[in-house]
Amino acid sequence: MASATPAPNSFRTGPDENGHFGIFGGRYVAETLMPLILEVEKAYLTAKGDPDFWAEMEYYRKHYIGRPSALYFAPRLTEHFGGAKLYFKRDELNHTGAHKINNVMGQALLAKRMGKTKIIAETGAGQHGVATATACALFGMECEVFMGAEDVKRQKPNVDRMRLLGAKVVPVTSGSSTLKDAMNEALRYWVSKADTHFYIIGTAAGPHPYPAMVRDFQCIIGEETRWQLEEAEGKLPDALVACIGGGSNAIGLFHPFLDDPSVEIFGVEAAGHGIPSGEHAASLTGGNPGVLHGNRTYLLQDDDGQITEAHSISAGLDYPGIGPEHSWLHESGRVKYVSATDTEALEAFALCAKLEGIIPALEPSHALAYVSTMIGDMDKDKIVVMNLCGRGDKDLDAVIPRLEKMGKL
Amino acid sequence: MDYTASRLDKCFAALKAENRPGLGIFVTAGDPDQETSLAILKALPGAGADMIEFGMPFSDPMADGPSIQASSLRALKAGASLAKTIDLVRKFREEDQTTPVVLMGYYNPIYIYGVERFLTDAISAGADGLIVVDLPPEEDDELCVPAVKRGLPFVRLATPTTDDARLPKVLTNTSGFIYYVSITGITGTAEVPIDMVRAAVGRLRTHTDLPIGVGFGIKTREHAAAIGSVADACIVGTAVVNALAGSLDSNDKAGPDTVKAVTDLVSELAKGVREARG
Ligand SMILES: Cc1ncc(COP(=O)(O)O)c(C=O)c1O
Repeated sequence: MASATPAPNSFRTGPDENGHFGIFGGRYVAETLMPLILEVEKAYLTAKGDPDFWAEMEYYRKHYIGRPSALYFAPRLTEHFGGAKLYFKRDELNHTGAHKINNVMGQALLAKRMGKTKIIAETGAGQHGVATATACALFGMECEVFMGAEDVKRQKPNVDRMRLLGAKVVPVTSGSSTLKDAMNEALRYWVSKADTHFYIIGTAAGPHPYPAMVRDFQCIIGEETRWQLEEAEGKLPDALVACIGGGSNAIGLFHPFLDDPSVEIFGVEAAGHGIPSGEHAASLTGGNPGVLHGNRTYLLQDDDGQITEAHSISAGLDYPGIGPEHSWLHESGRVKYVSATDTEALEAFALCAKLEGIIPALEPSHALAYVSTMIGDMDKDKIVVMNLCGRGDKDLDAVIPRLEKMGKL
Repeated sequence: MDYTASRLDKCFAALKAENRPGLGIFVTAGDPDQETSLAILKALPGAGADMIEFGMPFSDPMADGPSIQASSLRALKAGASLAKTIDLVRKFREEDQTTPVVLMGYYNPIYIYGVERFLTDAISAGADGLIVVDLPPEEDDELCVPAVKRGLPFVRLATPTTDDARLPKVLTNTSGFIYYVSITGITGTAEVPIDMVRAAVGRLRTHTDLPIGVGFGIKTREHAAAIGSVADACIVGTAVVNALAGSLDSNDKAGPDTVKAVTDLVSELAKGVREARG
């Protein structure tokens, strides 16, 4: 597949005016939804060109989210792996503990400009839901978060956080009662409340303009990394690594470096019980192109085009699709997409806590698991930057019994 | 235009001659199983359906309410697939050469089946049109243009949020009829006030000469009569699917009265459309 797409002059110009990245992306939604997403697109294009919008973003980034996040050299892990230098982009230090707030802040400010007073969101692990509930509390907006009934049970601490922040958590029982169904339900609900409600999508997926807009809001990760590493080392990284659920933290780190050919880029999908088991969440490694949630992208699906369930120990990676820009970067060969299993992620989780005093979320633990397989073979003067996009407090209930069983605790 | 492509036109012409609105009935292919689904399909014209919207099951029916979602999942659980859906159309067509069957669903199963292969098989089975909910005019090159090229009408949804500026875009490449859907846009939600429907249909008529079907929310004979007084066809889905669901046993298997549960409601609705302009 990779050779079928000729290399473009730049990897940073997409999408086209209809939201396509090559054959991926687009606006595959019901007519009922079209006027809504066209309105969002128009408002976003205006905001994007307005310095006042970015000045407001900058204010909240600095004083509320706590940006810039640190770029931290991880000395003991570097020594442990015995190869290239490992840096962490510490987006787990953001307010609410993950990168999700970067995007939420942008969309909430956009909603405010559009005169919308009510916000809806979908969430899987609850991180995006918590970030959305947080911004809504900050701006005095009403907030409803759609969450698969299964996830409501699995992620109780985040459900409680959202309630404390004043949001209403709506359990979704349709379909498989997980993230994809929460997104279906949020889209359905939005259609019926278009006048008053804004839908804050939590990852770089969905119909145009969401994949591009979410990416733009997350690009602060890569932009900061660029100048921070210039300050620290006086050069570009040799490799970037990030985990992929829908792909928002990854595209945020990657995008500013896509046109620097010396920078190798790796996206790490969740391999669950292993790709051959069929129980995984690796849409690129183990899926094929299809159309879901408003865009064409790689999906987990059967021969009849029915969407199948994803599996990962990490609820944040448990999604049967991936943002369309990643599908395009995959086929163009610019980014290499790899995977890490539940067990490999758990080992990385424990290792990071022990050697760096940082408890990572399960999601970036997948990225670290992949780092552990490649960094040892790189020269000591090379530099790898990994997006540590979330902290692991939310995961302890899932992780501790598993680590005890593995004899790692 | 070949024969299959004109079945819809003939249907609307006949309705016009009779001076009454048509009754379009939506059922999901393969719900609750292939055999019962075929029996329902065959019984629909006799019960008073003028055309059939035949749902192609999809795991993630984004624009449908809980009843039709559940019906889609029941069908899939019982082994439904796009190939089997087309096969049901073929079997229906062996006995009925006049009742139009419009295939309705979402794009992904068609995309995976292959657009050209799908068009070939659907046309040869005797399908009369397509409604693919998640293909707006912005994505016409995918399926709409190839379908229309081969004489298979592509029916589009128009909604209250489709304003006068957007309507021409929605109508480009649309054929067969226009399917006007209620305010919420999700199947199975509340009834729409008749005055709103009248105004909306009036607005549509200033943009197109195509027949206008109105759907989403029609449940009773009376409501069908009321909507039918302003539309060229009433399209009923959720109420029919609910009637079917109500006849199933606790394991979602067909009961002795499953076909009858559907045809009883359809007969009532058929009376409604015949009273519409009385
Ligand atoms: C910490 C963290 N990382 C990653 C993800 C995956 O999302 P994305 O791929 O959009 O970054 C999530 C989603 O919940 C998350 O909470």
